[in-house]
Amino acid sequence: MAEHHTNVDAVTGVSTTGHEWDGIRELNNPLPRWWLWTFYACIVWAVLYWIAYPAWPLVSNYTSGVLGWTSRDAVQVQLADLRTQRGAFAQKLQDASLEQIEASPELLAFARAQGRAAFGDNCAPCHGTGAAGSIGYPNLNDDDWMWGGSLEQVQQTILHGIRSTDADAHLGDMPAFGRDAMLARPEIVAVADYARSLSALPVPAGVTPDLAKGRQVFAANCAACHGADGKGNVELGAPNLTDGIWLYGSSRDSVIATIANGRAGMMPAWGGRLDPTTIKALTVYVHALGGGR
Amino acid sequence: MNMATKVERLEPPDYDDEAPLYEARRRIYPIAVHGTFRRIKWALLIVTLGIYYLLPFLRWDRGPNAPSQAVLVDLANGRFYFFFIEIWPQEIYYLTGLLILAALVLFLMNAVAGRLWCGYLCPQTVWTDLFQAIERMVEGDPRERREKLKTASRTQRAFEAAAKHTLWLMVAWWTGGAWVLYFADAPTLVWQLFTGTAPLVAYLWIAILTFTTYVLAGHMREQVCTYMCPWPRIQAALTDEYAYNVTYRHDRGEPRGSLKKSEALRAVGVPSGDCIDCRQCVAACPTGVDIRLGSQLACIQCGLCIDACDTVMGKVGRPTRLIAYDTEMNIERRQQGLAPVAKVFRARTLLYAGLILLIGAIMVAALAMRGSEGVSVIHDRNPLFVRLSDGALRNAYTLRIVNKQPLPRRFAIAVDGVPEGRLEIVGGLSQTENGHPVVEVGPDQTYELRALVSTAAKLPANASLPVVFSVTDVIGGETTTAPDHFKGP
Repeated sequence: MAEHHTNVDAVTGVSTTGHEWDGIRELNNPLPRWWLWTFYACIVWAVLYWIAYPAWPLVSNYTSGVLGWTSRDAVQVQLADLRTQRGAFAQKLQDASLEQIEASPELLAFARAQGRAAFGDNCAPCHGTGAAGSIGYPNLNDDDWMWGGSLEQVQQTILHGIRSTDADAHLGDMPAFGRDAMLARPEIVAVADYARSLSALPVPAGVTPDLAKGRQVFAANCAACHGADGKGNVELGAPNLTDGIWLYGSSRDSVIATIANGRAGMMPAWGGRLDPTTIKALTVYVHALGGGR
Repeated sequence: MNMATKVERLEPPDYDDEAPLYEARRRIYPIAVHGTFRRIKWALLIVTLGIYYLLPFLRWDRGPNAPSQAVLVDLANGRFYFFFIEIWPQEIYYLTGLLILAALVLFLMNAVAGRLWCGYLCPQTVWTDLFQAIERMVEGDPRERREKLKTASRTQRAFEAAAKHTLWLMVAWWTGGAWVLYFADAPTLVWQLFTGTAPLVAYLWIAILTFTTYVLAGHMREQVCTYMCPWPRIQAALTDEYAYNVTYRHDRGEPRGSLKKSEALRAVGVPSGDCIDCRQCVAACPTGVDIRLGSQLACIQCGLCIDACDTVMGKVGRPTRLIAYDTEMNIERRQQGLAPVAKVFRARTLLYAGLILLIGAIMVAALAMRGSEGVSVIHDRNPLFVRLSDGALRNAYTLRIVNKQPLPRRFAIAVDGVPEGRLEIVGGLSQTENGHPVVEVGPDQTYELRALVSTAAKLPANASLPVVFSVTDVIGGETTTAPDHFKGP
């Protein structure tokens, strides 16, 4: 200490640390007290934090903290809060019929909001975020429904799926007329051209469709499901062939491939996976996309 | 100005260049002064604090569907109420306009009369002034204070310190308390605060603002102005030689000397300045500066040194206003024997005033002309369009209708621009008006709905037709529109 008194800087009057580099001496200015105390407070805080909260990794475990806090529990609390918050509306949604939901602007808005989220989580991987679908996955915005587009029919499809493992799933598929040797190649080509003509699709250059033969084959093999006029049957999931909406594409090759090899697209049953209120919300959401009947 | 006058001019003494850059804080205990500027400051303190503390209690009837508090920031419902004006979150640009106006007013004040904001209106100045008044009330003037350090008992000093800090904390607490009243119904919240049923966040904000007020006005004081605030740096670049500032008229004051010495010099005909170096201007300064060093960063231009100096000048029988609001130009002119000039209308003051008028007019016009309803529209992105089973094309849109009136209203929705276009609203609408679907929107609310527009008409390839959605108040007839497009393959 005595040494320090002799090392006082002449200009500032502050004592120096005694360190000197090339004639430059280091002043002994202490840290500002507010800073120092904040620093100490942070250290104390950190130690308390270690004690209170999960902090230190151990070999096969970690210190869990005396408060017993875990991020998993925190999520549960937040989820519970969310359920309470939604409670009144969720209850209303559960009690109301699908028609009542669509008729009430308030419930419709709630159901569509919940349905949009559920759709994004569960349906969007196949049907797309906007439910525009793609080859093999139907567009849910249009008004063409293979299994029916009423609220009840949409709900039925979501609950039980199509060709899923569910006992009440929609069944019935398009036979493989070619692979299973039910029709010869020329017959398949003729009936494909005939089916395309039902929607007035343009005929590719260099093709002369044999519509008479096609009509004959259609009446014998296809009309049972698709109907004599080709307008389809929602009971069997047989699509309307007259509306210009083609799930697997409307090209001649695609239609021929469909008849030759059959089609059996699959949709899972959501009944066991999603709670009934979510299914309801999804139904209303899909129905309100605009294509519902 | 030419060099010759500059050499003759008496320069104010400069800062000490050799002083270390770090300076430990000197605590400042300014003396009380009496005079014009002190009275102005008291009046402004009472007015500004009065507005701040009492405004939340002012009522304003807006009908049954809206709060009746004149000034209210309703965060939960996203509304700001200011007397007859109601601002929705998307109208936050009014706040931008206000901030621009505030900046320009600040510039104008500065160009006309220096740091009027800093000296009289800034919350830091007003609250510091109040806290210093409390300090003087409890512990006495600085002279008394110094005496007490030597004579008063430890107990008495501890008691006084406790009293001072308690009073400070009470003012600080009241400050924080008034702040939260702007965010909820004031009388209800006051009742809740005292019965302990107010929301936690209210207590938290009161605690935070009590702390900041106590620390900033009680302890930090002039350090906020000299170290934390950017304005002193900015204003130094905005002032000019015609701007009135609190100025020591060194042409009159120098050479300074004690009263006795200066009277002796004058008696033998040697010129002597009016400044008797009594340092009352320094003692009165809330930021501890010596105004005689000239215009400086730490000087907030509160005018208290003017009052202090005038009192002394009055006592010694010399003319007052040795320190006064004056311009650099006038000091120079007086030194050259010219009459002082007041040049308020200059390029910069006219520019600032013009901009203030322009922006103010734009804001008033925008506010007066805004409608009480609105509609916005978003086109579905995916899919852009769908082909229906009858071959028709359909586009889907999300519409949000805004009703800014405190009454429920019914709106008829129509779309224009699609040949053979058919509009359909999804769900819940049973009414129509002239064939247009009608939706009811609640008071001061918005309503979102899904609109489907379809057409059987043949459209050109890659069609993108401009369409306009219009929303018409069924009773009032007021119409708002929103443009979008109708897409085809």
